[in-house]
Amino acid sequence: MSEYNFAYLDEQTKRMIRRAILKGLAVPGYQVPFASREMPMPYGWGTGGVQVSAATLTPDDTFKVIDQGADDTTNAVSIRKFFENTARVATTEETEKATVIQTRHRIPEAKLREDQIIVYQVPIPEPLRFLEPRETETRKMHSLEEYGLMHVKLYEDISQHGAISTAYAYPVKVSGRYVMDPSPIPKFDNPKLEMDAIQLFGAGREQRIYAVPPHTKVVSLDFEDYPFEATKADHPCDLCGAEDSYLDEVIMDDAGSRMFVCSDTDYCRSRREAGHVGQLAEENAA
Amino acid sequence: MTPLLQVKGIEKRYGARIGCTDVNFDLYPGEVMGIVGESGSGKSTLLNCMAGHLEPDAGQVIFDTRVDGPVDTVTMSEPERRMLGRTDWAFVHQHARDGLRMSVSAGGNIGERLMAVGDRHYGDIRDKAIDWLGRVEIDEARVDDRPSAFSGGMQQRLQIARNLVTGPRLVFMDEPTGGLDVSVQARLLDLLRGLVREMGLSAIIVTHDLAVVRLLADRLMVMKNGHVVEAGLTDQVLDDPQHAYTQLLVSSVLQV
Repeated sequence: MSEYNFAYLDEQTKRMIRRAILKGLAVPGYQVPFASREMPMPYGWGTGGVQVSAATLTPDDTFKVIDQGADDTTNAVSIRKFFENTARVATTEETEKATVIQTRHRIPEAKLREDQIIVYQVPIPEPLRFLEPRETETRKMHSLEEYGLMHVKLYEDISQHGAISTAYAYPVKVSGRYVMDPSPIPKFDNPKLEMDAIQLFGAGREQRIYAVPPHTKVVSLDFEDYPFEATKADHPCDLCGAEDSYLDEVIMDDAGSRMFVCSDTDYCRSRREAGHVGQLAEENAA
Repeated sequence: MTPLLQVKGIEKRYGARIGCTDVNFDLYPGEVMGIVGESGSGKSTLLNCMAGHLEPDAGQVIFDTRVDGPVDTVTMSEPERRMLGRTDWAFVHQHARDGLRMSVSAGGNIGERLMAVGDRHYGDIRDKAIDWLGRVEIDEARVDDRPSAFSGGMQQRLQIARNLVTGPRLVFMDEPTGGLDVSVQARLLDLLRGLVREMGLSAIIVTHDLAVVRLLADRLMVMKNGHVVEAGLTDQVLDDPQHAYTQLLVSSVLQV
């Protein structure tokens, strides 16, 4: 497909995005404004992530896309196809083999390495937005490090639900300075934000890019008497028997029966190939 | 004794028009100062200049800070001024909606200033919030209700609790009783008078209601067209007004 420039975007745009990425890496957690381009997909489908991936990919890269942990959902398939067409890069579903991973709502269960880059799709990059609607004010709060309001949200959680009920997009403080929205990943994934890979966050509609460099300290906000807890469904995976992975709950019929499966499809598949068997998989085999 | 607040030659212009000009006074710890005047006389402009919400065109607002002593707040850096705004200063708005977060519970509203200065213990924050609800005569059971479920008088009392929880030394009040009916006004004034005396607060109260300053203020400044036309002890000014405008103002009060 010679009519596309490599990875769809023109070189000037990629340079502009790379500058924003570098600035984001230099100031961990700071939201760098960038001139987000119109992409051939609707806002909310990962236009920010796609632009960051396009500026990051090289012809030698192996690309993986996950949507809520799965490689086979519409969003993941269409973005993977998009880069197969426009960049002709190799794609994979295996976390270990990928060099660039674009993700929506999950961090893979497998530990990421230093030679990998993970790109998050971010719908609303501003963690303070739902408490303070004025952009001028939230920018000032970031620049002056006035983050008391973030705890007001957690206070409201406890006063209404008896515990911090924020289960996704759980606010974190990056490198002791900026409070950041880690995109809507479940808070189960928050401890993984301190990782060896480079983490890039792209918000297309809101025109912001931010980043967490490798080995950066990322602290989930909490109260002294209500410490942060990474929660998951209290159940092993019904297909592969994993007890340490984040689970999706699947309703099976009208009678209320349900099964729990790993949300990371690649992790579940590799475990089953290695011979691990969950409760429901056993019944089917029998 | 060092004045808590020294205002020197404050001037604010809106283009060619005068907001307020040539205002000078000292406020001592524990003192309550009233500013009265008709609508458009520049009293709110003056208050906003002193509280750092507006930048004055000339003059100094020198506040006696706990650590560094007297400092000009007009020229201090914005982070320092905002820090003062959440610790040693408090600002009570005329409309409680401007001073409250309407989508956050009463407890969260009171706790916000505590969390803004670094309080990170939920139990402590909640205890303090409940204590303050009691002090402003709001039932403890309402701690998790949103201010939108409160009456106007309760909202105003909640706003006061939210401001006073960090133990400020200087409170700016912009028409704190405006828009409330007279019986609620009386209760609020009673409460304010108690809190001001009990905590040894200094306060600057802007109002057009002479009854409010008669009850609360030790000293009084009368403004007209951006100028201070008369100043003195409250009872002295109200009982023996010298300036023609003050005489008009005092004689305009309706008698029941």
